[in-house]
Amino acid sequence: MKVELDINNEKHAVEVEPRMSLLDCLRDKLLLNGAHAGCEHGVCGACTVLIDGAAVRSCLMFAVQADGYAITTIEGLSPGPGELSPIQDAFCETHGMQCGYCTPAMILAAHALLSKNSQPTRDEIVEAISGNICRCTGYAQIVEAIALAAERMRGQNIKTGQP
Amino acid sequence: MSAPGKFRFVSADRRVREDRRFVAGKGRFVADIVPAGTKHVALVHCPHPAARIVSIDKAAALAMPGVAYVLDGAELAGATNPLAMGLDTPNVARWPLASDVARYSGEWVAAVVADTRALAEDAAEAVQIEYEPLPFVLDGEEAYRPGSPLVHQAHGSNVLLDRTFVWGEVERDFAASPHTLKHRVTWGRSSTVPIETFGVTASWDPWREMLDIWASIQMPKYPDQTAMALKLPMSSVRVHYDVDVGGSYGVKRGIKHTVLVGYLSRRLGVPVRLIEDRMENMRGGDMHGPERNFDVEVAFDDQGVIRSMKMRALDNVGAYAGRSPFQLGKPIGAIVGPYKIKSVAYQAIAVVTNKTVQEAVRAFGQAPTNYAIERTIDEVANRLGLDRLEVRRRNLIRHEEFPYLIPSGSTYDSGDYHVVIDKVLAHAGYGDLIAERDRLRGQGMLAGIGIAACLEPSGGNSSFEPLLNPKVGTTTWMDSCRISIDLVGSITATMHTTSAGQGHETMVGTVVGEVLEVDPERVRVVRADSLNSLPSNSPVGSRMAIMLGGAAFHAANKLKDKLIAIAAHELGMPVERIAYKDGNAFDTAAPDKKRTWVELVTIAHRHIHRLPVGMEPGLSVSHIMPVPTGGALPTADGRVQMYPCFSFEFHLVLIAIDPDLGKPQIKRYVVGHDCGTVINPKIVRGMTIGGIAHGIGAALYEEFAYSNDGLLMTQSFMDYLLPSSHEVPPVEIVHHETPSPHTVFGQKGSGESGYLGAPAVIASAVNDAVRPLGIVVNSLPIKVAQLGDMIAAARDNKKGN
Amino acid sequence: MKPAPFEYSRPASLDEACALLKADDSARLIAGGQTLVPLMAMRLARPTRLIDIARLPGLAYIHEQGGEIAIGAITKQHVVESDPLVRAKLPLLAMAMPHVGHTATRARGTVGGSLANADSAAEIVLVAATLGATLRWRDGGEARDIAAADFFVGPMVTALPQTACLVEARFPAWSEPHVGVGFHEINARASDFAFVSAAAQVALDAEGRCTRAAIGIGAATAIPLRLDGVAQSLHGARFDESKVRDAVKAALAGIEPMADLHASAAYRRRVAATLAVRAIGDAFRAAARRS
Repeated sequence: MKVELDINNEKHAVEVEPRMSLLDCLRDKLLLNGAHAGCEHGVCGACTVLIDGAAVRSCLMFAVQADGYAITTIEGLSPGPGELSPIQDAFCETHGMQCGYCTPAMILAAHALLSKNSQPTRDEIVEAISGNICRCTGYAQIVEAIALAAERMRGQNIKTGQP
Repeated sequence: MSAPGKFRFVSADRRVREDRRFVAGKGRFVADIVPAGTKHVALVHCPHPAARIVSIDKAAALAMPGVAYVLDGAELAGATNPLAMGLDTPNVARWPLASDVARYSGEWVAAVVADTRALAEDAAEAVQIEYEPLPFVLDGEEAYRPGSPLVHQAHGSNVLLDRTFVWGEVERDFAASPHTLKHRVTWGRSSTVPIETFGVTASWDPWREMLDIWASIQMPKYPDQTAMALKLPMSSVRVHYDVDVGGSYGVKRGIKHTVLVGYLSRRLGVPVRLIEDRMENMRGGDMHGPERNFDVEVAFDDQGVIRSMKMRALDNVGAYAGRSPFQLGKPIGAIVGPYKIKSVAYQAIAVVTNKTVQEAVRAFGQAPTNYAIERTIDEVANRLGLDRLEVRRRNLIRHEEFPYLIPSGSTYDSGDYHVVIDKVLAHAGYGDLIAERDRLRGQGMLAGIGIAACLEPSGGNSSFEPLLNPKVGTTTWMDSCRISIDLVGSITATMHTTSAGQGHETMVGTVVGEVLEVDPERVRVVRADSLNSLPSNSPVGSRMAIMLGGAAFHAANKLKDKLIAIAAHELGMPVERIAYKDGNAFDTAAPDKKRTWVELVTIAHRHIHRLPVGMEPGLSVSHIMPVPTGGALPTADGRVQMYPCFSFEFHLVLIAIDPDLGKPQIKRYVVGHDCGTVINPKIVRGMTIGGIAHGIGAALYEEFAYSNDGLLMTQSFMDYLLPSSHEVPPVEIVHHETPSPHTVFGQKGSGESGYLGAPAVIASAVNDAVRPLGIVVNSLPIKVAQLGDMIAAARDNKKGN
Repeated sequence: MKPAPFEYSRPASLDEACALLKADDSARLIAGGQTLVPLMAMRLARPTRLIDIARLPGLAYIHEQGGEIAIGAITKQHVVESDPLVRAKLPLLAMAMPHVGHTATRARGTVGGSLANADSAAEIVLVAATLGATLRWRDGGEARDIAAADFFVGPMVTALPQTACLVEARFPAWSEPHVGVGFHEINARASDFAFVSAAAQVALDAEGRCTRAAIGIGAATAIPLRLDGVAQSLHGARFDESKVRDAVKAALAGIEPMADLHASAAYRRRVAATLAVRAIGDAFRAAARRS
């Protein structure tokens, strides 16, 4: 089937089998490799993308279902080549990762949180990433990264806005 | 203690360079690498715990669209050598696919190759296999008993290893001690379960006779084992190390996957890849961790000073051998933990059963052993009515006693255990913590304080190999670094293995920058492939800070010496008069007499006539480093220096359990951490807390559970429970530094210590909490409902009495 | 873990959706897909056709009508979670919603999808059963209302005809001035399906005496359990924990709880009682605070 996807503010027409997940479509058809397969059954969260600004598991959505939504992947967050968004930079500052496999999804989950809540408590941050499993860090430096990003964005009056 | 400011970049709180690509989604993981024309593998697995394969009918599968090939075990076994084994057990042969008998539910029986993974899965369903179920055994103790069903008929028993070591006068020490205590503690089958499954792509080029491999691998001796199994010269196997590995913690050792796709790529003449899906990973990825029973007996005096220990460890390694039995060997290097136990008898037993194969897991068997030791110390204190902390203090090796030789032959390098403990207690406010526990108890909660110490042997060496398999004489596991300064003065360092999040590029850059006195950001770090690499043994055994850090240090110093030699020659003075600072070399007596970085580089690369006679032109050096203190074979009675360095941690937690629900909640987690000199504080902190999160998983949530009919019940993340951000509490780290005398900056390993201590400390706290009810919890994981049922039964008993 | 092949349709209307269902026995509706897609990935579900109703017009809404809060079947769970009307009029549902899956699954998962899947451990299912919601389905041109108690008929089995589409759930909004709710569940990790869950809603008079109560237990049995006898026994009474405990225990004595890898039947029976008592206690206290 043909489907037109709006990804990172660009339209992409792709031909997919109905059974192709949005995750596989992003990776295999569009070479947007920042979304990762971890479990393919909706538990680990490594495949998280934003659909109209909300964090969603791209392994639980078929590409044919995804037309008409504003889809944001990690590739859409960098302001420019080699440049980091405030959240990405905060993850670097606290070293909120190790192997990097869950990281794009974590950052998108953080993005979804901070676009609704500019001053999250620790519990709110923990809740917002609780559907994203990280096996490396024990989460502490991830939570710190999100808190730091929130603080910096408040200080600079940066809004994540709707992607 | 290293003085503050002793180093310029080492120990500074610097960013981790790898992070930039990961936050942008630009890591390069194996699934991101898809050579043109790649075909995809899906697997057909055995649904029985043991079965004879009667027939395989591939016709329907081969007739399906996009299907290129269906491979069975008979063809593969006919064309390849069996996979390498650790122990000398030739009749426990293993190939990637079962050919005659399948020995666990999930074992691969056939591989389907198709244009897409989805088509391969479709066809895998269509492969018709007739099985004849066979008797099976799941329990390790049962498998050990004569007469149990044999997993490998040709081996004649289920026992791969059964050796008893006696170090010191064990029987005399037991006879002389007023008290003994014996108990069994059990470590359940779990693993590190990275979020990225194992994946590998192989591409055979018949014109160049080269097999290119990209894999999510963390494995010593991977290229050579692959080549040997595929009957290729090692120079025809090129493993690319510039692949980011999405977590490993020991288990990413897909040798069977690699041999399978390597064979298929040669057979079909196209690139072939196998990216495990999660269920394949859980049931047939052969990455389960230890499943171990410990029978521990200790002899001690009235003060709780332990004089001797007898430990029997029986490990259920699953259906095939691999390297996993060695996980009973590494703990010999710290068999007494941080304690002064003078004599030890250790019986190490590895048995095969009809469960999924075990692989190396973080700390390589040391975490279960440490859990057993710590549970035992708690019980000694309990038996004597002594304080658990005090008993530990009495048994711990004292700072002034280092270097300290333990009965099994390892000498611990350095430590300051009593001080670390005192710092943790002061930070936590131990008195307040006890008051808080008692306040919770007053509210009707079951509350307990957990206490556990642990040692992290680091610097990963191979000494357990010759110890458990006399046919193996490997006495060191070197690691290497090559550094070049190019003709315009840029610095490039090359490392020779993959990484799985440990920040090795940052470490190498930091070390080279430190030695050459240049900004580490100016040091490019790249990875060789296996054909242009120096010897390396991958990030195992908490070794890379010591080994790769050491190799980078020595290589950088060789370069610095060369720059100094060039300057000395230029200035016509002995090298002793030359000082090096910030890349420039000058006369110590007259600092304005100097050669700058640019001049030195130009001379080395272009003005060859200005070089000292006989000096190699260019600025490129290598260093291959053996493991410090390594290099010796074990003695006949099984004593050997296992690893060179020993980090120390002390864990302290408060846990509350709602007695009606049985759910443990960690209220406070404090850990004292001493890994010598810290090279990068962000990395060490992350490793420590991440290891603790792993340990929390092993202690409370994670288990590969089997049904009585031999099927793995926890194949998905719905049932195999990984700790989320809700389950890992804030962890407070109390830092201490006791440098190692064996390493270049005093650094020790830090990748495993959280995992070494967390299961022990949680078990300690839970037992402290439920002890008033007369319950002892001696198996992991401690699952909510099971604990709830134990508490309910104990309360009913109390009422009954 | 790729699903078996299937056809995909996105009907423009409910009638068209029903016609597609009628045309193929093995077709399935998909809305959020948060439960169905994992089953398809494991090939435990193999629909020949997916009929996507996630964006069908007119089926996503929350409004009050005649003492009930009507929620359109494809209303996203995260919309319900933060909806002011739900918070005001359906405090029990509002309390349960954060326990449904994760933030990311609530962004796609729907109320109707959860109800139609009928997992006894699902929070929305428990609330519907406890409060006695009315569910509406469309089967071709025919619409029918059914009580939740009649809708949930077995383990993940409902009375919904194969050719029908669930369109709406109406939850009774209690109009008494002093209404309080309690909700508890126990699981290994915070976001897992519950081993056992308990929901309670009570209305009190000005003296703190119960005038109405609804109590439900989820995950212990194949379909959610309503403790109507216990609710009856509360009438006219203030909260007396030991009496409530006895009543709950008596009510649970005869059930046959499920047992699985994670929790024994005995655990479920015992903890169901514990959580029910806690939920009832919470509900009384919350109602009293509203006095």
